[in-house]
Amino acid sequence: MSGLGPALLNSLEMGLLLFVIAVGLNIVFGVLNIINFAHGALYMLGAYFGYTLISILGLPFWIALLTAPLGVAIIAVLIDRLMLRFIYDRDIADSLLLTFAIMLIISESVRSIYGSNIQAVYPPAILDGTVSLLGSPYPIYSLFVIAMGLIILAGLWYLFNRTRVGKIMRAAALDRDMAEALCINTRMVVTGVFAFGAWLAGVGGVIAAPMRTIDPGMGEKIIIESFIIVVIGGLGSFPGALIGALILGAIYGFGGRYFPEFNLLLPFLGMALVLLFKPTGIMGKGANA
Amino acid sequence: MKQNILTGVLLAVIALLVALPWFAPYFYIFVFTEILILGLFAVSFNLIFGFTGMLSFGHAAYFGMGAYTTAMLLLHLDWPLLYTLVAAMALSGLLALVIGFFCVRLSEVYFAMLTLAFGMMVFTIAHSWRDVTNGSDGIAGFRISEFGLGLDLVMGNPAVYYHVTLAIVVIAALVLYVISRSSFGLILKAIRQNPERVAFCGLNVRSYRLASFVIAGIFAGLAGALMAPFLRVASPELMHWSLSAEPVLMSILGGTGYFMGPFVGAALFVLLETWITSYTGAWMLFLGIVLALMVMFFRKGVLGTFLDWWMNKND
Repeated sequence: MSGLGPALLNSLEMGLLLFVIAVGLNIVFGVLNIINFAHGALYMLGAYFGYTLISILGLPFWIALLTAPLGVAIIAVLIDRLMLRFIYDRDIADSLLLTFAIMLIISESVRSIYGSNIQAVYPPAILDGTVSLLGSPYPIYSLFVIAMGLIILAGLWYLFNRTRVGKIMRAAALDRDMAEALCINTRMVVTGVFAFGAWLAGVGGVIAAPMRTIDPGMGEKIIIESFIIVVIGGLGSFPGALIGALILGAIYGFGGRYFPEFNLLLPFLGMALVLLFKPTGIMGKGANA
Repeated sequence: MKQNILTGVLLAVIALLVALPWFAPYFYIFVFTEILILGLFAVSFNLIFGFTGMLSFGHAAYFGMGAYTTAMLLLHLDWPLLYTLVAAMALSGLLALVIGFFCVRLSEVYFAMLTLAFGMMVFTIAHSWRDVTNGSDGIAGFRISEFGLGLDLVMGNPAVYYHVTLAIVVIAALVLYVISRSSFGLILKAIRQNPERVAFCGLNVRSYRLASFVIAGIFAGLAGALMAPFLRVASPELMHWSLSAEPVLMSILGGTGYFMGPFVGAALFVLLETWITSYTGAWMLFLGIVLALMVMFFRKGVLGTFLDWWMNKND
């Protein structure tokens, strides 16, 4: 039974990191009604910005954690103003095509700037090393990831339930025309929400940088994982993203321990099972064609 | 009248393609073999996108399945090429049936996400199941000993392989064209325009979507099966999402509204690729930029824009 504790902590760590990414995808879908295929690429961009600031420029980790996600958000504002605004009124296929193209552009730009090699970022000294927890050594950085995940979870809950900005975002998600009729500048809201989703992806990227390897393929891996999460949890649902992320984290944490040879397939099997019995996801409703 | 002109142009193009090895430089035999194979791949994709209105980002899975089937049958069992093509179509269709079962149940947004996710699942299997697929190295070292049907063709000769590809692609395209013009094809078009209305008419939208998905998978498998002997290798890259992006771009480039659009797109794509990769390695970056610009400003594609203008022009 000694393996249970670490497996549980690993699951939680993976689950909360995945939640930070997937919830951004869900928020953007809720308000803009588009699935941002480039969301994983923005996460990768966050990790590479972090890598540039920490490993190349030698700045402290905390500065990178504050500034790199802002850089990603600025890129997102540019994407929204220069590209997405042409297709907001069009068929949903066009937004899928355009964000897919943006994913190609970002991942190939990163590949041609930084190369395809694996890069590494080291955690700050205070988070380096291990502590003894539940009888086995556990990296401090993983506890930091769990803490960050919980802070973001609480912050998002507060934002959507207790603040005016959050209420405006929810109003725009429910009925954009009505919100506009009530003097809400929905254009600003749309751009802001897209940038906010990208900021979350960027935060996820910087947090993930010291624990996962940094390479141009990391974006496509996380976007597939995010899709699995929103399919399991239910598209557009905030609690769904949390449940889906924790389930996928558990699949990695426990599946990797007990069925290592099927570790890569288990997430897809989990997704297929949910699709068979509850096609709209555990918390989802009304997405039937 | 205009229809007849178009048919005439098409027949002239096919005649030129048949005669190509006798007048074009050797290099262009390879370029046009690739155009034909990717053109078939793109046309099969457009059956689900342009006709049925479902955007798949995982179409390379069936292309790769076809490639692996042919490569492994040639390597291990030394089958005649024609038989391996039939087997590749059958297995790709089966794979499309299993994956399609999950993907066609929900809305378009889900369809796009699920096809990408399942496509990457197939890629992951091909990449990690080293005992069978030989991992990232792929299946290589096979050769075609005979074509089948008792035909005595020197398959190692690129010009002969080009003609075989041309014949098979023309036949496959004809079959797909007949399907798209049949009452079945019309129902697919109706589903793209208004699925609720089609359901109200008493038709099972989900079955039609699945049928369209499987047919597209079968012909993508055929294209992949022709690709493996051409490249002399079947590797996991043939299943990667960046290869799934190619038929998407080709269809958009040529125009999704016309049957021949993706073929025109494939020709432009391969010629551009040949030209641009001689200057820079960032071909995929260029691909993304072109796709974004086409979607934003030029949604009907090259052939679509031209034909819409020409067909509506007063004589």
